[in-house]
Amino acid sequence: MSTDAAGLGRGRAVGFMVPALVLIGVFLVFPALWTIYLGLTDFRLTGLAAADPKFVGAENYTAALGDERFHTSLWLTVQFVLGSAVIGQAGLGFAIAWALRDRSGPVRRVVEGLVLLAWILPSSVVAFLWIALLDGDQGTLNALLRTDGFAWLLDHPMASIVLFNTWRGTAFSMMLYGAALESVPPSHLETARLAGASAFQQLRDVVFPRIRGHMLTNLLLISLWTFNDFTAFQLTAGGPEGRSEILPVYIYNVALNGGKLGFGAAVSFLVLLINLVLALVYLRLLRGRRGVAA
Amino acid sequence: MISLHGLTKEYPGGVRAVDALDLEIADGEFFALLGPSGCGKTTLLRTIAGLETATAGRVTIGGTEVTGLPPGRRDVAMVFQDYALFPHMDVTTNIAYPLRIRKVPRAEREAKAAETASRLSLSELLARRPGQLSGGQQQRVALARAIACHPRAFLFDEPLSNLDARMRLEARTFLKRLQRELAVTTVFVTHDQGEALAMADRIAVMSAGRIMQVGTPAEVFQRPANTFVASFIGSTPMNLLPGVVRDGALHVAGAVLPRPDGVADGEEVVYGLRPEYMDLAEGEHADGFAGKVSVVENLGTAYLVTLDCGEHLVQAVVPEDAEPAPGAAACAVPRHRRALVYRDGELVTP
Repeated sequence: MSTDAAGLGRGRAVGFMVPALVLIGVFLVFPALWTIYLGLTDFRLTGLAAADPKFVGAENYTAALGDERFHTSLWLTVQFVLGSAVIGQAGLGFAIAWALRDRSGPVRRVVEGLVLLAWILPSSVVAFLWIALLDGDQGTLNALLRTDGFAWLLDHPMASIVLFNTWRGTAFSMMLYGAALESVPPSHLETARLAGASAFQQLRDVVFPRIRGHMLTNLLLISLWTFNDFTAFQLTAGGPEGRSEILPVYIYNVALNGGKLGFGAAVSFLVLLINLVLALVYLRLLRGRRGVAA
Repeated sequence: MISLHGLTKEYPGGVRAVDALDLEIADGEFFALLGPSGCGKTTLLRTIAGLETATAGRVTIGGTEVTGLPPGRRDVAMVFQDYALFPHMDVTTNIAYPLRIRKVPRAEREAKAAETASRLSLSELLARRPGQLSGGQQQRVALARAIACHPRAFLFDEPLSNLDARMRLEARTFLKRLQRELAVTTVFVTHDQGEALAMADRIAVMSAGRIMQVGTPAEVFQRPANTFVASFIGSTPMNLLPGVVRDGALHVAGAVLPRPDGVADGEEVVYGLRPEYMDLAEGEHADGFAGKVSVVENLGTAYLVTLDCGEHLVQAVVPEDAEPAPGAAACAVPRHRRALVYRDGELVTP
């Protein structure tokens, strides 16, 4: 058997690859390398260092790792990812998918339509809707709860953006789990029911082992998306007093508002590394599953 | 014992999958629900299991009414067509699963699983996963899982249809022997009349949510209660020919036959006779069906011959080496004692 299945020859095969490689190089590899380079300089948005950035070595990195604000931001991001993605989106998405699994007709269509709507609206629009909902003076929520003047975004900024992001992103998990649940043979669930298994035991013994791959893939995707999500900025801008300043917002605040582009680039690279580690952990778990299945 | 009283299952939209059924299945009986697809036999089995809720009527298992109980509290075990083995559990864990749900201690349930497995010659396979087993082995694991928890009844949904033809014959004998040894009331669903005749103590033939006939294999084979059962049972379909009683004789497809008991002059009836009970003769016979041989089918040790008798087709089974050539003239002579007569679709032969 020839390894050249398509019979192109090396030259033409490379020719087909080049455009894609160039695009990847220009739009992915170059910015990443540029970020690493910037992180090693004192590049600023304005002033002398903007015109003539100097190489400062690992100074930005040591500064970031020693920065109290970075630690707080990292911890807030962990809360944000766990709260809104892992528990919020994945949990709620699975619950809805499970509740709707045997249903058809209007109930299912309405629920799915509403959940999907939150996902497909542009982020600036939904951010504005949520500000209108949570506003202290004229907010819809206060009108509903008769809690006039309660400033949700100021008093509970983290809870607000966690809820917001759960609402916003549940559709993806719901659809993915909905499709995954279709792959669970009814006879398996029925065998468990005939044995007397409770709903929890059916999930533990039949459903979760079956859809483990789907669950891990979903968690990987939504964790990374949420880790890098910037929409929350439009609700709280990281405030008040940095109490909802998750990492993407922190980077924006220090790099663009604070003008410290070099420092921001260094933090961006740290975020990239964290994402990489996260992805590797999930992929390792996934591979472990395949090993068991084989 | 399983008893059904007025059992009805109606789906939204008004489809009656099971229509006011009454049925008694005796203790230890091997009972077949037989019918074409869509006749309601699987729905009936699932309603007994509790996987479907009855719209009306009652289900009683072993003297306890279970109509309102969830499946897990009915003390029945079901074997599904696809066996429904859990792919991430090994054979032991699969067999022991119902016991685990019942909180039987691990050592005890593993011992029980091993004991049941050895009975079904699965001892070598205990550590394997379902994906590493053949179809026949998977079926035995599914049976072992059902047996290990000692239910009051077994419910089998098309237990043999996922096996290849040869395995199916072996499994048939095996299942029948196993059921006899365990003596647990067993209801199984099949669309294969041969399977039902071979395995069951009694058969309920179903159509459109109703039971058309209940009886032993011999009864439903020899005396089908109506033309539906007559045409459904038997590996070669029964000849069902319209006829009329006139002047003390039965006129059917050009043949003049003695008037059967139970019918009067002027009545229109359907004359039924299995092809196995037709003898093929050469030349004309007054009490035979004369026609031209149109198709000859090889059944192995016999041939199924289809005669074109003008308006009707008449089939006869002839022994090997005696088959006529297609196109030849022949006459099918019925064995009168085996003939059945139906009026308005119901059997009238006493």
